[in-house]
Amino acid sequence: MEAYLRRTAMWYGGVGLLTMQVLRSLALPPKYFRLIVQEIEIQGVRSLGVALTASVFTGMVFALQSAVNMARFGAESYVGPIAALAILRELGPVLTAILVGGKVASGITAELGSMRVTEQIDALRTLGVNYIKRLIVPRVLAALVVFPLLTILADVLGVLGGMVIMFLERGADMYTYWNVTTYWVTPRDFLTGVAKTVFFGGLITLIGCYNGLSTEGGTEGLGRATTATVVHVTMGVIVSDFFLTKILLMLFW
Amino acid sequence: MADHIVDATELRKRFGATEVLRGVSFALDKRETLVIMGGSGSGKTVLLRTIAGLIRPDAGGIEVFGIPIARLSEEELLPVRRRMGYVFQGAALFDSLSVHENVAFPLREHTNLPEVEIRSRVEHVLSLVGLGEDALPKLPSELSGGMRKRVGIARALVIEPEMLLFDEPTAGLDPTNSKLVGELILRLKDGVCDTSIVVTHDVELARTVADRVAILMNGRFAVIGPVSDVMNSADPVVQGFLAGDVRVVTT
Repeated sequence: MEAYLRRTAMWYGGVGLLTMQVLRSLALPPKYFRLIVQEIEIQGVRSLGVALTASVFTGMVFALQSAVNMARFGAESYVGPIAALAILRELGPVLTAILVGGKVASGITAELGSMRVTEQIDALRTLGVNYIKRLIVPRVLAALVVFPLLTILADVLGVLGGMVIMFLERGADMYTYWNVTTYWVTPRDFLTGVAKTVFFGGLITLIGCYNGLSTEGGTEGLGRATTATVVHVTMGVIVSDFFLTKILLMLFW
Repeated sequence: MADHIVDATELRKRFGATEVLRGVSFALDKRETLVIMGGSGSGKTVLLRTIAGLIRPDAGGIEVFGIPIARLSEEELLPVRRRMGYVFQGAALFDSLSVHENVAFPLREHTNLPEVEIRSRVEHVLSLVGLGEDALPKLPSELSGGMRKRVGIARALVIEPEMLLFDEPTAGLDPTNSKLVGELILRLKDGVCDTSIVVTHDVELARTVADRVAILMNGRFAVIGPVSDVMNSADPVVQGFLAGDVRVVTT
């Protein structure tokens, strides 16, 4: 128990220290900007399939379930705004963060972890390279761009998916559906959802980087670190989402 | 004291319950090759990493190029490290980069040299370690252990370091390749980089390259001196180590 508590405290402390180091190293030399672009490609472009497929199907299933069940209260005409609010405020940001986050962060952990166990991180250090600037900061900065952008796409596809399935399955009039939706949904609903993903992006990459950098125990340790990252990212997103939502509701309601 | 390249006094380092370094002191002069020997787990690599500033000592002082590095931050250490070349046991090549990109890496990071100049420097250091142009496009995974080590040495050499640090340069190599690496280190002393510290358990390598030899035992130097003195030492502990008698080492 004591060992577990110590490990947990060390982990939170470690992630906190890494965050501080990243904040102190934000000023990158110009030649590192291509690293950010490269990371945006790795994290964002290669996650498009996962993020968009998930959002279309989530939007469709949410609308379908809402329609069938809200019809029981005679409220089927409100499926549009309900689905849109759920997608814009929670499902879009959180599902994207969990799915893409798990993929991106475990990839980062595996890459940095193998660099660490094969002494490539130390090699960077002995070559006089600031490895925080070279390896960590570009990944974090890229995520701050990638997660909001993916979420915006996921939002759009989710809402459209819901609308299309309502038309196909429930014979809803698309024009009315769209009008009711845009009547009830405000830019704030969309923006607070996207704002959360900036935080998620930072959290996800910092967890992935920290677990990679602190990998110990060779190949076996690498496997453990990668698995731990998926768990940490998922839990981190779900738990922080509650508190972020609470804060955003207090500030912008 | 000022002309010492490395000056270590009473270095101590503990990992958990074991104190790996228990007061190591030595000085390395310019144009000198010091070979640090010791059994596995004796702390040789820890000592080398401390000299490179990769590990912070718990106590004791360490000056490299006259700069006390024990309390420097990672950022402050970077310019000091650029003056030395570190050759890792497993070469630690960047495995997503080709041989050319690996060796060019420090130049691209720290200079704004044109690509033509970088290429000619890369080819020059590769020729120093006995690798030709055909190696340039290869990935580290396509190289043999001996070739990786050479590329690792080339990458350390390309920034023209004032001192080279070798961590087990012959570990994992067959006798022929070990001999070649020994000869290579000897050749580098002549005009390329004349100051180096070599950490090894390879007695043959020590005989080939050392000016002075130190034997690390139980966290301290059991002996340090000119290679012939150490090899012919009457001390039973030293003789026991050199003869490969582990029982003596572990007492």
